[in-house]
Amino acid sequence: MSPFPRNQWYVAAYAHEVGRELFTRTVCGESVLLWRTEAGEVAAMADRCIHRRFPLSETPSRLVGDSVVCGYHGFTYGANGVCTAVPGQARVPRTARLNTYPVKEQDSFVWVWIGERDKADETLIPRSPWLDSPRYTTVCGMEPLAARYGLLVDNLLDLSHETYLHGGYIGTPEVAETPITTEVDEAAGVVHVSRHMDDAECPPFYAKSTGITGRITRWQDIEYHAPCLYLLHSRIAPVGAPGPNADGSDLHAFHVEVVYAITPETEHSTHDFWAVARDFALEDQEVSDFLRENNRTVVLQDVAALDKLEQVIASESAGAQELSINIDTGGLAARRLLKRLTEAGSEARGTNERQSLAVS
Amino acid sequence: MSMSRPAPSAMLTGDAVYRVVWVPGTDRLRGWCWCGTSYEAEGPVELWQWLLAHPDNHVDGSAGRGSNLPLRPASRLPHRPRDLRGDEPSHERQP
Ligand code: FES
Ligand SMILES: [Fe+2]
Ligand SMILES: [Zn+2]
Repeated sequence: MSPFPRNQWYVAAYAHEVGRELFTRTVCGESVLLWRTEAGEVAAMADRCIHRRFPLSETPSRLVGDSVVCGYHGFTYGANGVCTAVPGQARVPRTARLNTYPVKEQDSFVWVWIGERDKADETLIPRSPWLDSPRYTTVCGMEPLAARYGLLVDNLLDLSHETYLHGGYIGTPEVAETPITTEVDEAAGVVHVSRHMDDAECPPFYAKSTGITGRITRWQDIEYHAPCLYLLHSRIAPVGAPGPNADGSDLHAFHVEVVYAITPETEHSTHDFWAVARDFALEDQEVSDFLRENNRTVVLQDVAALDKLEQVIASESAGAQELSINIDTGGLAARRLLKRLTEAGSEARGTNERQSLAVS
Repeated sequence: MSMSRPAPSAMLTGDAVYRVVWVPGTDRLRGWCWCGTSYEAEGPVELWQWLLAHPDNHVDGSAGRGSNLPLRPASRLPHRPRDLRGDEPSHERQP
């Protein structure tokens, strides 16, 4: 069975990473070649030449106009993956084409579909519109994680760890102390975890960026769209400030939209995309620099912990015991969703393989 | 509605949403199946087991140890800037 949910959309890159250079990233064990056509469209295809498997992202492979030329023997491919030229002969074998991936550029991400292409439906891609909205300013990055993606899902679904792992940055005692409410929409594949702190210490991350000096009401509302997109709606306001209005306006609070894309690279490694979008101090470069540095530090604290945890788990037998408590309510729900999606994706693949065997 | 729905109010709006709250002042959890039946448990493992098994009981209507409550109304977090894709501003702060 595939260790990942197949027939799903995954973030392969930030839009700004993909340009007129050949770019590669491994998603769910598949090496994907990404580049932009002269018209600016993103092309996504297998990063392995069909001739002798040379990686097309590797020099001296290169982009010539809207064609990729393999650096080994010169097989040439268009944006649709079809091979248009081979060396030394006029006839190009009829079946010569690279596998391409359904791809969609949206909300500053490049999404690729991993699975059966006829099932790819762009409307299923979850949204994070803050990231390229003019009403927000965003800082972002990506850290390689040497741990299975499930460990990052566990980590992000339970923010009580902020108090311990990120004390002095984003953690304060109230995070771990405040009860959570959890909701799960099984059909939609969404887990929501909510923690509303009425009267909390303001951690440096928010004190320095918002300028609030006193205590705060701090709301953390997590929306996890399995498998790849994680949204943390963070609302910060001075204690006593009026709450949001029924129409959705919320004039007295600062809003930070923290977005993660959790993309499995291999069974034991993950691309940890993180972005922080704010609706205040939009033009303030100092605030941007501070949030970028501070959030990256926090992400790296998680990376260090999860890299270590991966080593431990990989060395243990599968049945090693864990103990779940109330804070794990959302994490357990996410695990279950992922298990179900993984099984569904593998079943579909099994059926397809059997069908193609029957045909051939 | 009554004390059965502690803050924060319901967030997801699908037809079949499970909801779990931390019972105020205790270490216990109370969960609601999407049919409105609820169950209280010591921890999340026991609670999820019960909730996920619950649709099996829907046919004969007997809900074991649970109690029946009306389905919660659909609502979403008021501060959530979900309309960003449109043009109308969602929350601009007063100067
Ligand atoms: S490996 Fe690419 S042309 Fe030979
Ligand atoms: Fe963390
Ligand atoms: Zn039920």
